[in-house]
Amino acid sequence: MLVGGGLGRTPYLGPTIRRSLPARHLLSYLQAILRVYNRHGRRDNLWKARIKVLVASLGAEEFARQVEEEWDRTDKAAIDLPDTELARIRAAFAPLGFQTLPRVSTVFEAARSEDRGLARFVRNNVVAHKIQGYAIVKIALKAPGETPGDCSAEQMDIVADLAERYSLDEVRVAYEQNLILPHVRLDEIPGVYQTLLAAGLATPNINLISDIIACPGLDYCALANARAIPIAQDIARMFADPELAEDIGELKIKISGCINACGHHHVGHIGILGVDKKGEEFYQLSLGGSGEDDAALGQILGPALPADRVTAAVDNLVAVYLRERHGAERFVDTFRRTGLNPFKEAVYADAH
Amino acid sequence: MPTLIRWRDGAASTDADPFARVDDDVPLPEGDVIVSLARFQREGDLLLSQQRRVGVVVEAGEAVESLAYDLPQISVVALAFPKFRDGRSYSAAMVLRTRLAYAGEVRAVGDVLLEQAPFMIRCGFDAFEPADGTTSDQWTRAGHRFRHVYQRAADALTPAFAERGAQ
Ligand code: SF4
Repeated sequence: MLVGGGLGRTPYLGPTIRRSLPARHLLSYLQAILRVYNRHGRRDNLWKARIKVLVASLGAEEFARQVEEEWDRTDKAAIDLPDTELARIRAAFAPLGFQTLPRVSTVFEAARSEDRGLARFVRNNVVAHKIQGYAIVKIALKAPGETPGDCSAEQMDIVADLAERYSLDEVRVAYEQNLILPHVRLDEIPGVYQTLLAAGLATPNINLISDIIACPGLDYCALANARAIPIAQDIARMFADPELAEDIGELKIKISGCINACGHHHVGHIGILGVDKKGEEFYQLSLGGSGEDDAALGQILGPALPADRVTAAVDNLVAVYLRERHGAERFVDTFRRTGLNPFKEAVYADAH
Repeated sequence: MPTLIRWRDGAASTDADPFARVDDDVPLPEGDVIVSLARFQREGDLLLSQQRRVGVVVEAGEAVESLAYDLPQISVVALAFPKFRDGRSYSAAMVLRTRLAYAGEVRAVGDVLLEQAPFMIRCGFDAFEPADGTTSDQWTRAGHRFRHVYQRAADALTPAFAERGAQ
């Protein structure tokens, strides 16, 4: 059980307060967590009325102790779901109508050895499925120069048709501002790819430098300090060459137009935060964040940069990485090894 | 005197409040009284020995558990809502009903609004001093806004999973 994580004005990684909990006790344990928070959380300051603030001020250990104490006193049988209800819920997630398929599809293998575009798409956008003979196809809504996450009505119709015909009627929306066809038969991938390609939906850049998360920013959001979308578009254009993007490898850029952090900039390998400096849009860069299993909050690189220097700064950061990387290290791995300094020097060199 | 709304057997009704709410620095009148937790801790033994019913106001930041041993003799526990969005007294009501098995009146006082009715009733409140001038008819309707519930609380409602099982 992880409690007290969150981004925004005061970012925290959620500490683990309990290693494991039987599924049937989930509700009573959650109630204990919320009751401790409800009774002891800050009430004097709206910004501090957050569970993460309570956990941080008590310390995870003390918070855990209070939760366990509360939980021990809880009549668990009254709150927890009976096994019959858990079984009913599980039944709603019963496996879909998967077919028994060979592990290797000759159609698929032949197509990808002939078509380099398909091969690239598969390398970057297709992920193994746990059911043999199927794969997960990710649709990047990140064509370089476009607004991250945008999709036209015609494109949505095409995706809906593909989902209906080739993905057991399912399409998912990912927080990365992309779409996912979760259950595509390997045999069908070449055809699905061709349809996506014709619709401008086959950008092969999942998790690459141009697969940028950007919040609506000043273009749409009343709370924004700065625009996020044009920054994303500029960076993606600079790294539009798929060869280059693949060479750089996994690099997650996340952009928020203000401290509310809807773009999750704290957990970007490169995070970009829009700030307001005397009415002008500036951007604070941070490095080394991650929202995955290796979760980390990014470290601020240095003073905020004006809008017209952000893309060049990202280019500098990438150049440092390409120079410093060892073997198959990702950008974030290199950063963790070298620390902030080489990156900082490269970006602020002209300021010295 | 504020209107007192009582919730009994699934319906709200308006009632005269037999209790006088007495501030800490005011001499105690005759009759049934509601006093602060601090005053109860000072004068509770005396009060409980007199021929009157006694209630206690517990503020949102105070621990309702401190009343545990006196609860059988306390007629009303009034739980305060300093602002509608300060929900600490919901937890206090749940603790009173489900953990301390308190069977007397649990009254919501302070910034008590009609839209909180279903939640307060679920947490075990059975008396209310609404701050928004709402009537018992409105409270009856609000108390029945949701026909099904997902989990057990301090009221007697059967959760949906148990209703399904019974079908
Ligand atoms: S991070 Fe700020 S600017 Fe961006 S969507 Fe959230 S509130 Fe709006």
